[in-house]
Amino acid sequence: MENVTLPKTFDEFVDARKAGFLKAKEFKENGGKIAGTLCSYTPSELLDAAGIASVGLCGMSNEVVPDAEKVLPKNLCPLIKSTYGFAMTEKCPYTYFADIIIGETTCDGKKKMYELLNEIKETHILHLPQGQDHPYAKGMWLSELEFLKKKLEEKFGVEITDEKLRQAAHNRNRLRKATLDMFELQMTCPPAMKGTELMHVRQMGTFTFDLEEQIRNLEAKVAQAKAAYEAGECPVPKTAKRILLTGCPSAGVIQKVGGAIEENGGVIVCFDDCGGERTCRLTIDENADNILEAIADRYLAINCSVMTPNTERLENTKKMIEKYKVDGVVEVVLQACHTFNVEAELMKRAVEEEVGIPYMKLETDYSTTDSGQIETRIAAFIEML
Amino acid sequence: MYQVGIDIGSSAAKVAVMENGEVMKTLLLNTGFSSKKTAEDIYEILEKDGINKENAKYVATGYGRISVPYADDVVTEITCHGKGAYYLFHEDGTVIDIGGQDTKGILLKKGRVMKFLMNDKCSAGTGKFIEVMTNRLGLTQNELSELAKKGSPITISSMCTVFAESEVISLIGKGTPREDIAYGVIESVVMKVVQLIAQVPSDKYFLTGGLCEDPYVISRLEKALKAPVASVPLARYAGAIGAALMAE
Repeated sequence: MENVTLPKTFDEFVDARKAGFLKAKEFKENGGKIAGTLCSYTPSELLDAAGIASVGLCGMSNEVVPDAEKVLPKNLCPLIKSTYGFAMTEKCPYTYFADIIIGETTCDGKKKMYELLNEIKETHILHLPQGQDHPYAKGMWLSELEFLKKKLEEKFGVEITDEKLRQAAHNRNRLRKATLDMFELQMTCPPAMKGTELMHVRQMGTFTFDLEEQIRNLEAKVAQAKAAYEAGECPVPKTAKRILLTGCPSAGVIQKVGGAIEENGGVIVCFDDCGGERTCRLTIDENADNILEAIADRYLAINCSVMTPNTERLENTKKMIEKYKVDGVVEVVLQACHTFNVEAELMKRAVEEEVGIPYMKLETDYSTTDSGQIETRIAAFIEML
Repeated sequence: MYQVGIDIGSSAAKVAVMENGEVMKTLLLNTGFSSKKTAEDIYEILEKDGINKENAKYVATGYGRISVPYADDVVTEITCHGKGAYYLFHEDGTVIDIGGQDTKGILLKKGRVMKFLMNDKCSAGTGKFIEVMTNRLGLTQNELSELAKKGSPITISSMCTVFAESEVISLIGKGTPREDIAYGVIESVVMKVVQLIAQVPSDKYFLTGGLCEDPYVISRLEKALKAPVASVPLARYAGAIGAALMAE
């Protein structure tokens, strides 16, 4: 059995964190392997096929940002600082127990942070093309996946067969379907769930080692919410203004921004960030001749502001506005996220000029410094709708 | 029935009492440490004039809006400033509200808020910037404007209140005339406000908030915006008036 030890500061942790560490420790002691992931570009099928559990790393809390700022610049995205802070303080069980971290070049800040993260924990960095439509893009991305496959096979002494990849693609497609079903609970008026609750369910799912369990939990949650709704339960008032949340990953500001939306007469009906519907709807052709290529194609189709151009993101948002009968769009830009911050101008035009509904951009971080201003702006935005 | 609007801002609390669509009374108090205490004081003052829960409706706005326990409703200062400004100026345009810790630009169409912008946590271009600088220069706000008129152009390059204060200290150290520094301070606020307002442009502007009675600030804003900036004596109470209008 592998010798698995807990962090030195384990005794100071609160109970929930202790439980997370113990669960991960047990998983490892039973021979489990963990890959820490951070981004929707991470091809989970490769990890599944290698028999490695992929777990989303902690990076959504301000708690460890002051520690991270001892090493990283202050004027950096909070997600990058938080991810690194959790690694250096040994406060995230998944980072701590990870056998490998899979990073990706979705921005310059992350890319360079990974070099420092690699000193703490081995980090493999997937290189992304800069856009989807240039001739080199497809081939380059496929070769990145081949490179990762080889890396995993060598490091873990496993063989990633096409058959296993197909099975993994099938399972991941099921997870995508279950997640999509949950998102679509918000189509009704009023929606079946509060957006903050939906986000919570989504978050809980990423911190698990068992994909089947994750799928089952999601399906159960959807069935439960559907039944409750049909029985006349209504957690959201009919008058609530329907908000689409777009921009950077919003999990780290869900209390500050999402909470303010839902406490001031609004409800989040659509999460239009990279973990949201637009990514979830992309599935893999399980029967493709070349399964690895089919996997690569699916991931390359993700719309992230790191790509230029990224027009499909805007086109999708317009569709989501219609599908979810959205009253107003709130864009969250995490401090120092240049790509989303600049692209916001295009989003604003698409929403205000092409669709003709109100749009507001909030630039913020994980701290509570601006909670008052954020709440005023959100409340005023909803009053305006 | 009286309609009472209470606008508890970060530095000043403003109250407007309306009856039959007319503003019949206004109050201006320092917010002080406790907005709850300020709210209680306001209730007592009005009660002495015979205005109380029996015969009045109250709407609270501003940062202290949730600290007014007797309020019938709570509305954000952005909606209130919009409504109040439309009441005072009777036409559409962009409202510029330079408050104690926030500056807002509010675009009005048919008297309704169409779009707004507000500075984030940074206090550049807000009343706070002026407050810090007047303290540093040992001046009141009126004195600052009077001096600035006589100053020659200098630039305070930092928009950040904290960095700009250091810059002002260096200027004082170099013996730069106070008039010139005063000029630079007001230009800094004007530049920052204009930058913010650029996203809600209009052919006419209305100034509300603490600087609305300062003709020098108004003239500098007009020059920078290349458009008329209107103000009226009651403009300081625009938020409170807007809140009162919603107390039905």
